Amino acid sequence: MADDGDVAGLGKARATAFLAPALLLISVFLVFPALWTLYLGVTNFRLSGSAARNPKFVGLDNYINALSDDRFLNSLGLTIVFVFASAVVGQSVLGFSIAWTMTRVRKPVRAVVEFFVLLAWIIPSSVTTFLWYALLDRSNGTLNAMLSTGHMAWLLQYPLQSIIVFNTWVGTAFSMLLFSSALASVPPSQMESARMVGAGTWAQLRDVVFPHIRGHALTNTLLITLWTFNTFTPYLLTAGGPDDRSNILPIFIYRLALNDGALGQGAAISLIMIVINLVIATVYLRLLKERKS
Amino acid sequence: MASITTNSLVKEYPGGVRGVDEMDVTINDGEFFALLGPSGCGKTTLLRTIAGLEKSTSGSIRIGDREVTNLEPGQRRVAMVFQDYALFPHMSIADNISYPLKIQKVSKQERRTSAEDVGGKLSLQGLLERRPGQLSGGQQQRVALARAVSSRPDVFLFDEPLSNLDARLRLEARTFLKKLQLDLGVTTVFVTHDQAEALALADRIAVMRSGKLQQLGTPREVFQRPANTFVASFVGSTPMNLLEGTVRDGQVQIGNSAVPLPQSAAGLAGEGQTVTWGARPEYLDVATSTKAGSLAGSVTVSENLGAAVLLTVQLDGHDQDVQVVVGEDFEPAIGTSVWVTSEPRRTLLFDSEGLRIGD
Repeated sequence: MADDGDVAGLGKARATAFLAPALLLISVFLVFPALWTLYLGVTNFRLSGSAARNPKFVGLDNYINALSDDRFLNSLGLTIVFVFASAVVGQSVLGFSIAWTMTRVRKPVRAVVEFFVLLAWIIPSSVTTFLWYALLDRSNGTLNAMLSTGHMAWLLQYPLQSIIVFNTWVGTAFSMLLFSSALASVPPSQMESARMVGAGTWAQLRDVVFPHIRGHALTNTLLITLWTFNTFTPYLLTAGGPDDRSNILPIFIYRLALNDGALGQGAAISLIMIVINLVIATVYLRLLKERKS
Repeated sequence: MASITTNSLVKEYPGGVRGVDEMDVTINDGEFFALLGPSGCGKTTLLRTIAGLEKSTSGSIRIGDREVTNLEPGQRRVAMVFQDYALFPHMSIADNISYPLKIQKVSKQERRTSAEDVGGKLSLQGLLERRPGQLSGGQQQRVALARAVSSRPDVFLFDEPLSNLDARLRLEARTFLKKLQLDLGVTTVFVTHDQAEALALADRIAVMRSGKLQQLGTPREVFQRPANTFVASFVGSTPMNLLEGTVRDGQVQIGNSAVPLPQSAAGLAGEGQTVTWGARPEYLDVATSTKAGSLAGSVTVSENLGAAVLLTVQLDGHDQDVQVVVGEDFEPAIGTSVWVTSEPRRTLLFDSEGLRIGD
């Protein structure tokens, strides 16, 4: 009994019964859709028409089509710019700057700032996109009123820039929280040692703060990169348009699979996206490991 | 090289608590100076205020002929060694030592030379390429000292320099520290709660309590002539016996016994005055037969200190115990009647406020 690992003494049957509901849910909602996507990716399955009733096996055609499709490549390019600008630069830098500034202000100020930053994160995205609509609207928008820019159609003129700013605004709270706790772990005596020899803010950041929080920064970048890579919310603002100019990958897949009905093609691109996610995650984890050894 | 002068220095925290209360201290050029007191007495606050890490509420600080009260820490030409050493874990020992020079934008080559030079002086040769995490506590402390030395400051500030070392290493480090300070001749202020450390290291000691200065003096003065009962009981490895008594017929009546008036208080205590009679356990002795001017009592506890024995004696007709350090050969059974004897030139008298009577 002792070496079969059955510490609780439940016996195989009852142990399985305990696990079954969770396994069932995982199978239905995770494993099956994943396998189904894999299957769809090698068929010409469509939302309607004859290919919906009788999907045909098309091998790697979908993947080859995707990789040679200008729309896909355009979308991949937009996604890379979007992720880099709004997550790696926008959320990280802004989140760190706020966290750093907040270590030097009084507690009430800090509480108020953190409250508002967090608010952007926790309000449902349908609500925040509506607020941004109101801000960026062409005829009655707040931004136009503030900047006296007349009837500037921000979402049409600068669609990618708009969703980059929007996503930075939404996601900064996470980086801010993570960096706040990271900064709290920097030993005060080391900061003071640097101050004692006359180190300015930049030298303190370079010599004390950054080396201490590098691990946190990597984790943060990994998480927000993946989240931003997969986010669909900008669809609510620009729907990928105009003219595909904000057509990041998740939106591209959605429009391709559900608007155009090309489910097989969409599934293939989803898989490509998963592979990209895995590559990003692996690279970051490697970097993290290197740090530790 | 510089002296340090504080003038009515006050550090008040939000809520009105005074960490440092009206401090007037002058620390002489080249002096090894201790700030001693129990935790929460404000000694570390005073040190940090001198360093510039805390802003003073009022009063002023001068280092040498410079007014530094409102200067940034980095402009005061002061180096501080923190209790946890505060070495940068990601930098090599050489980089840690020469960090002040990096901030002063000294070239890499010169920094390296300086690190080797200063590291050599503090017996850190061969460790310069390592990281702080690979060093023992004693070595880490020497690195922290080396970093302080390499900035060529006017003043060193040490926050509890020995408290992170184990007991055996502490003695070694203490001797090392004293020699280093003597060699460098740099004015040094250190904070400690350990009276033995303060007595052993310092040229002069400031004893603090609740942000206020209690006594300022050489180790000898603080040990032999404590200004009040607080200093008397805080300084000394076994606290001074402080017995309540009354002056009667040129003697101090304590319980059923009477002891001679301390020499220093001769002629200064009025008849019938309530006083506290102070005597260090080391300066007392016991006799096994009655003697004039001794305190009668019986042994309740006997503690072996190695080369000596610490006896706790319950006095007849008095509710305070008295402690006596006797030679290692004398080990009376519990309950033995003893007579505690004292020398008038070794005892002290304090008034009802706790202040010492006489000089």
